[in-house]
Amino acid sequence: MPSNFFIPDPEGQVPTAEGYFGAFGGKFIPEALVAAVDEVAVEYDKAKSDPEFARELDDLLVHYTGRPSSLTEVPRFAAEAGGARVFLKREDLNHTGSHKINNVLGQALLTKRMGKTRVIAETGAGQHGVATATACALFGLDCTIYMGEIDTRRQALNVARMRMLGAEVIAVKSGSRTLKDAINEAFRDWVANVDRTHYLFGTVAGPHPFPAMVRDFHRVIGVEARRQLLEQAGRLPDAAIACVGGGSNAIGLFHAFIPDADVRLIGCEPAGHGIQSGEHAATLTAGEPGILHGSRSYVLQDDEGQITEPYSISAGLDYPGIGPEHSYLKDSGRGEYRAVTDDAAMQALRLLSRTEGIIPAIESAHALAGAIEVGKELGRDGLIVVNLSGRGDKDMDTAARYFGLYDTDAEVAADEAGTAEIEGDAK
Amino acid sequence: MSGNVQLLNDTLAAAKAEGRSALIAYLPAGFPTVDGGIEAIKAALDGGADVVEVGLPHSDPVLDGPVIQTADDIALRGGVRIADVMRTVREAHAATGKPILVMTYWNPIDRYGVERFTAELAEAGGAGCILPDLPVQESALWREHADKHGLATVFVVAPSSKDARLAEITAVGSGFVYAASLMGVTGTRGSVGAQAEDLVRRTRATTGIPVCVGLGVSNAAQAAEVAGFADGVIVGSAFVKRMLDAPDDAAGLEGVRTLAADLAKGVRGRA
Repeated sequence: MPSNFFIPDPEGQVPTAEGYFGAFGGKFIPEALVAAVDEVAVEYDKAKSDPEFARELDDLLVHYTGRPSSLTEVPRFAAEAGGARVFLKREDLNHTGSHKINNVLGQALLTKRMGKTRVIAETGAGQHGVATATACALFGLDCTIYMGEIDTRRQALNVARMRMLGAEVIAVKSGSRTLKDAINEAFRDWVANVDRTHYLFGTVAGPHPFPAMVRDFHRVIGVEARRQLLEQAGRLPDAAIACVGGGSNAIGLFHAFIPDADVRLIGCEPAGHGIQSGEHAATLTAGEPGILHGSRSYVLQDDEGQITEPYSISAGLDYPGIGPEHSYLKDSGRGEYRAVTDDAAMQALRLLSRTEGIIPAIESAHALAGAIEVGKELGRDGLIVVNLSGRGDKDMDTAARYFGLYDTDAEVAADEAGTAEIEGDAK
Repeated sequence: MSGNVQLLNDTLAAAKAEGRSALIAYLPAGFPTVDGGIEAIKAALDGGADVVEVGLPHSDPVLDGPVIQTADDIALRGGVRIADVMRTVREAHAATGKPILVMTYWNPIDRYGVERFTAELAEAGGAGCILPDLPVQESALWREHADKHGLATVFVVAPSSKDARLAEITAVGSGFVYAASLMGVTGTRGSVGAQAEDLVRRTRATTGIPVCVGLGVSNAAQAAEVAGFADGVIVGSAFVKRMLDAPDDAAGLEGVRTLAADLAKGVRGRA
């Protein structure tokens, strides 16, 4: 029986055998990792055509993750978005609270097939780290998560979740102390421990085969959404909208719609304090092609190729790179990318919470803010699907401070003391 | 003006003719300052290094351990630019006549422009480049320009490299082969990886160009051990550490000179 949930790209047009999506992608890695990365590619190719792999993964996606995820129409929210019909693809309802688990379960099965016993991963918001720690608990794998020191503070709840699940969380203190630096440190670990370790990369960036493989594991998002829209709305959407950091939830939603030429694919990048302020992480809006973390893609960099420090209120989008397939979609014109400020995202977060009773992750709120803009452009006849990639529990401290939801300063101070305890190495 | 690949080849051949390994030192440009970095390179060559690799600092040095990361940070915060790296190469070569290579990550060169970079490096008297995150499959454009300007392309091989891959790499590399002694990032280690000798043997089976060993070597005894089986010994973090730990710049330079002299004895089997 063909798989219902593991649905790798049937077209096989991109990437090339060398991992190129047009001018983007490839494999810019140190020699010490070549054998390991090649092994991942070979094992993934084998797994892709092995019905037993699909059966095992399907079983997990249904009974552990809870797929298929719902498609929820949000009319009270849509009233603020120009009256267009808006549907949310509810990846926030997956086990662990985001889309990340789709990819993690696939790569965890692959780790077992490769006979490796240890997994490392980077995390920004902590969602990929939590999903990875979860899969490692499930499969009995050793787990080390690298997380920028700044992110361990703003996502302290997820640090505690990872440690509860038995993972070691290492706060990375180099560079900008965010996601980029967590990836650097994970690569350093991988080079030294590659024999028994799989680097369970969390987004559609990195060297080939990661961009294509991670996309394949998330492709189910768009395949389900497309089918659900035809059932629930009776037609394909005018626009599919998702937030873009590294780009995994966006490519997951977009990919099944690529052949549908009338469906606009709109990625929302973090504009932070505004593109003009220089404090943003809008890689496709303001970057230039370059090499970061193993592939050629758009990168935020200076005129001599030094990577510039990104900024976003959202830890999960605070990254100066982007998956190569998004660069390809941008340059080919198939994808549209716009930038959404911190403020617009936070307003959208509150709006969805108060109109629909759904608290989104700050990452996903960038897509919601984009949907409000696009909805107003489309008007009442419009139909939009938004990937609600994660839930907002982890962001409540940031949101409470942003909107002044705490009763007193004393409670904020008490909370900070609690954060400091979590950051200590009390495992 | 053509680069100094021939000078590099001659220097390594001369060491071999003396029945010893060559000593190759790594020092980052712009650390602690551009002028201070040039002085450190001269001190290493004066102390007995045969060749120097000048690091072009990068914001994201994924193959470097904490010591070189720290030096890169200091250099970048000091505002080091590619023009400063070129000046470092030019002055170090002009003052000593020794072969000077650049070691860096691919993105700074990709962004700067391969033709512009190779032309300027050759003009400055550079001998070649080591680009550890540019694998052989992605290197055709670089090699075309490096060859045109008389610059060596030094590839890194690792203990995990299979024999067939070693042959692919050495078929297009030039100058020497950089054999990583162990699986890991730069930094000093208590002992040199046991896999190093086997890797050198397997690499030599594919090529006649010199095979030099780096990663983890920090003292004369280790240098002597490596010199027993390799054509060259590459030392980086240990030099940088001397400078980081020194109370002042003058003491740092003296530390570099002393270490180079010790290692120079090591590569002559006199540790």
